[in-house]
Amino acid sequence: MGNILSLTTFIPLLGAVILALFLRGDDAAAQRNAKWVAMVTTLVTFLTSLFILSNFNPNDTGFQMVETRSWLAGLQYKMGVDGISILFVMLTTFLMPLVIASCWNVTTRVKEYMIAFLLLETLMLGVFMALDLVLFYLFFEAGLIPMFLIIGIWGGKNRIYASFKFFLYTFLGSVLMLVAMVAMFSQAGTTDIPTLMTFTFGSENFSILGVQIVGGMQTLLWLAFFASFAVKMPMLPVHTWLPDAHVQAPTAGSVVLAAILLKMGGYGFLRFSLPMFPIGSEVMGPLVLWLSAIAIVYTSLVALVQEDMKKLIAYSSVAHMGYVTMGIFAVNQHGIDGAIFQMISHGFISGALFLCVGVIYDRMHTREIDAYGGLVNRMPAYALIFMFFTMANVGLPGTSGFIGEFLVLVGIFQVNTWVAAIATTGVIFSAAYALWLYRRVVMGDLIKESLKTISDMTKREKVIFIPLVVMTLLLGVYPALVLDIIGPSVAALVENYETAVAGFETVGQVASH
Amino acid sequence: MISADIQIVMPEILLAVYAMLALLGAVYTTKDKMASLLTWVTSGLFVLLALWIGMNGQGTQTAFDGMFNDDAFARFSKVTILLSAAAVLVMSEAYMKRRGLLRFEYPILVALSVVGMMVMVSAGDLMALYMGLELQSLALYVVASLRRDSVKSTEAGLKYFVLGALSSGLLLYGASLTYGFAGTTLFSGIIEASAHHPSLGLLFGIVFLIAGLAFKVSAAPFHMWTPDVYQGSPTPVTAFFATAPKIAAMAMFARVVHDAFGGIVSEWQQIVAFLAVVSMFLGAVAAIGQKDIKRLMAYSSIAHMGFALMGLAAGTVLGVQAMLIYMVIYVTMNVGTFAFILGMERDGRPVTSIESLKMYSKRQPLRALAMLVLMFSLAGVPPMVGFFGKFYVLRAAYDAGLGWLAIAGVIASVIGAFYYLRIVYYMYFGEETDALDGKMNPVLWTFLMASALIMLVGVVNLFGIEPMAASAAAALVN
Repeated sequence: MGNILSLTTFIPLLGAVILALFLRGDDAAAQRNAKWVAMVTTLVTFLTSLFILSNFNPNDTGFQMVETRSWLAGLQYKMGVDGISILFVMLTTFLMPLVIASCWNVTTRVKEYMIAFLLLETLMLGVFMALDLVLFYLFFEAGLIPMFLIIGIWGGKNRIYASFKFFLYTFLGSVLMLVAMVAMFSQAGTTDIPTLMTFTFGSENFSILGVQIVGGMQTLLWLAFFASFAVKMPMLPVHTWLPDAHVQAPTAGSVVLAAILLKMGGYGFLRFSLPMFPIGSEVMGPLVLWLSAIAIVYTSLVALVQEDMKKLIAYSSVAHMGYVTMGIFAVNQHGIDGAIFQMISHGFISGALFLCVGVIYDRMHTREIDAYGGLVNRMPAYALIFMFFTMANVGLPGTSGFIGEFLVLVGIFQVNTWVAAIATTGVIFSAAYALWLYRRVVMGDLIKESLKTISDMTKREKVIFIPLVVMTLLLGVYPALVLDIIGPSVAALVENYETAVAGFETVGQVASH
Repeated sequence: MISADIQIVMPEILLAVYAMLALLGAVYTTKDKMASLLTWVTSGLFVLLALWIGMNGQGTQTAFDGMFNDDAFARFSKVTILLSAAAVLVMSEAYMKRRGLLRFEYPILVALSVVGMMVMVSAGDLMALYMGLELQSLALYVVASLRRDSVKSTEAGLKYFVLGALSSGLLLYGASLTYGFAGTTLFSGIIEASAHHPSLGLLFGIVFLIAGLAFKVSAAPFHMWTPDVYQGSPTPVTAFFATAPKIAAMAMFARVVHDAFGGIVSEWQQIVAFLAVVSMFLGAVAAIGQKDIKRLMAYSSIAHMGFALMGLAAGTVLGVQAMLIYMVIYVTMNVGTFAFILGMERDGRPVTSIESLKMYSKRQPLRALAMLVLMFSLAGVPPMVGFFGKFYVLRAAYDAGLGWLAIAGVIASVIGAFYYLRIVYYMYFGEETDALDGKMNPVLWTFLMASALIMLVGVVNLFGIEPMAASAAAALVN
């Protein structure tokens, strides 16, 4: 099984090709077949990814199951996983069957819809496994195409604006990263990620147009990558595409966007920014910490006044991603452990919350909070599930949300007490907007005429939520499940970072004498 | 000696003789009835010549005392020119026949302009270069106004002619300055004369030469003719303009700046970099408001020429290689895109407004998908092959110390992505409108699908074009 990673990556593509070539017609039977083909494909992918997990040795901090082939222009096709990437792979393969199941009621252009999601899965898996700069870029960027189509074709009323904004925002960020990659290729002579991690890019200060660049080349490269990942993440000043994209995307699109696509930004920071440009990260790190702290408070407040449920959850995602960036740039074991944990747990929780919105949207075709109220009277099962994930989103101990936030705060406290203090207030705000949302939608008397006939969740809907509930609880009470896998790799990352930065500081002191 | 020289220019002579024989034959016999046959024969001959040049040529040979070069670079360009011209001829046959445009002159003029292009890319002397250039241009002026009774088409031909004459004048002026200060028109002589401290007159010569060349590749700020000529000419002619002449002009550009001025790269590098950055931005910004797909493709070609010039601006082997790869990819995408545009009809009449594509994907999912692939490829989004073209030129530019140009280029490509996405938006997200005709000529269909498939499959290894372009570039840049 030398090429298990490629196999896992390209099974969904195979499924998509089969759908495209062999499925004809658009009647009910054809639509059902399309959904089943997609379902089986994603399940098989999940099974093969379990095989990857079982072969994975967490104590080896290098890349495992590596495949290498030469490609054009001195690039290579190289895939591999380490402790940082493997859980993102698992998250993707675990969520995709649920995503497919959640669009069982879609009736417009079902075949194309399924193909788009299968393509997206291949590209997402490729992002997390690629060990070549340009290969990574290829997967990273190509993912925009299916998502652009998913928002544009199956989205809501204002979908065209949202899809263009999504595409152009992310594209602008990524092309700057492309130039940085070209620069790295030119300087290091290779695009091999493991080699680049040990390569030291220049960090001598120089000035461009009279502006002194502290950290030199590393800072510039760091900024170019930051442009891409900060948009993807999204971080504060460049987050505005996310609420639009979420509100307009169909439910399944929102789930993928929040649960997996956003994590590419965090993964990128861990894979590129920290190990390849430690000095750039050291120079720019404080900026990220403060931006994250501001983002946590600001977007939580913005979430408080939203009238659209999806928009509220989108802003809450931005706030939670603030914890992630903060944890990453605290650069210590707790912070990064917490950041990865938070990303995984946010994958389950935000995915589930968007599915919760989807459940009532399917029934009432509105996401206005004011259109609801008192749902607990007619939808007890829904009220319970929604309650559970609201609590998880708030970070209630016992759910996975708590572990992530707690670890990040522990990590950041060691670095910057003020940022930690501000970020902690975010926990209170998140409780405020989440609980208030829950009260307005679910609690109270059922007085709206239109809601009098609403029905509770169907068996299919319940089944979708069960794995998410299980994972959220399991990680909440037994976090070692994640931490044991990521721990050694994170420790190695932090150690390399500290060695590099220590060298920079001594050089700086010598120079100043 | 002469026989050896003739041996080297054999493909050009063959094609020229063929064109003249075909002209005689058609005039004395059946006139337009032969046009269809001639079109197919001409494109068949193009393919044969391409195979011959591609298979046979080896090493570097010069003929007529250095006036004519036969090296890997010339062969690479000629094969690309011949194949793209053949593809466009075949695509235009049915379209023109149905509209009564298929005169026997068309394939013959195309053949003559191809002869001109082959001379251009092989030229080793300013005279040979000018001869090739004018042969190519004169044939193109006539082809642009092929639809005699249409105001737009004659206007296109006239505009092209007047502005083309102006640019030829600039080029000639530059050539005469160069001759005056270098004392020779041979590239091999100019490069020696310019190697140490080029005189001011020679620098003026370069500037005027480059201005003339920039006009031929439609680089901003010498692009003004492009949108009007693209829009006014019959669509098959537009398709031809967008492919073969572009490669020829770009290859000639590379030939002049490297063969004649290879010793003073830093002198012309700034000019070419300036042309590149202006073209990329102008092409990207001006295309946003366009409603006519042919006009849009004109601006798109300006932007793409900017990228190709970015590779050239590097002034290195890698740069020329990147430029060649970029041009081949660009031409392949354009053949597919124009196959699609040629197939846009409503009630049998050609339509070129972008709005007519609304919801095209509902009725023609496969063709819309192919077009989607081509659009994303033109925008340079991976995994489509168009991305690799951009990657090569960016790398060449960065390696040559033109990091700022690379950054400007990618920003322009984001702006440019908007209008390619707009076509996708009309095809996939728009509202229903009057349907375009469902039928599509099988030849066009084949080219559209083949081009889209190449854009997808090429990601594996670019069909091995990389080493060929590398050896071509190595032959040019010493």
